[in-house]
Amino acid sequence: MPSPPARPRPTSPHLQIYRWQIGNSLSIVHRLTGIGLAVGLVALSYWLVSLAGGERSYAAAARVFASPVGLAALMGWTFAFLYHLLNGIRHLFWDIGIGFERTQRHASGWLVVVGAAGLTLLVWALIRHVPS
Amino acid sequence: MSLRSPLGRVLGTGSAKDGTGHWWAQRVSAVALIPLTLWFLFSLLMLPDLDYATVRTWLSLPVSGFLAVLLLWVLSYHSYLGTTVVVEDYVHSAGIKLLWLLLLRFLYVLVCGAGIFAVLRVALR
Repeated sequence: MPSPPARPRPTSPHLQIYRWQIGNSLSIVHRLTGIGLAVGLVALSYWLVSLAGGERSYAAAARVFASPVGLAALMGWTFAFLYHLLNGIRHLFWDIGIGFERTQRHASGWLVVVGAAGLTLLVWALIRHVPS
Repeated sequence: MSLRSPLGRVLGTGSAKDGTGHWWAQRVSAVALIPLTLWFLFSLLMLPDLDYATVRTWLSLPVSGFLAVLLLWVLSYHSYLGTTVVVEDYVHSAGIKLLWLLLLRFLYVLVCGAGIFAVLRVALR
């Protein structure tokens, strides 16, 4: 007969009792950014349709995107895209069996967070003409 | 000893009934989206302005129109695969889940179709 465990064995990771750490946080943010980017796809399509519709419909769409809410959304989508891109590449490396060690997981995780934030700032610094 | 039937083993599709098909499609489209999305981002950043004439001239180039169509197509596919899993994971009532999955599928065809049609209208005029 096996001896009783020295401490309670870990149970299923239900959100209510799960100890939050970088791994599961980044995973959840990956999903959230994916959902946000799905909404961004609608905006991208709307922008292209407005372009095809002519000068007036394009100007109307540009006003929507240049509004405070529009600009905030565009900045949010920029971060969401860069985060999802970098973390997606991290996942692809895992898929081919690279980077599973604890230190590697943590390092790549922080690289994704810092990289996405830094690149978001870079992109918005490079945008020469904010639509008005 | 395995409890699985010989037929089940040969088909290799497991309890989800579609094997690794969804998982693999998600990865393949993800790889394709790395160059496509970066091309789109860099192209917009390289434009001297984002006004009507400039953007229209850019999208009229055959390469831009072609890549924009590919981007919309693969992006919609990848996004559809992802949001479908979100619905399957979090919507527990069978009826509402079916409704959501139908709605998502129709919406993606609508949004993707409208985007591609718009690009073609700009590119082919």
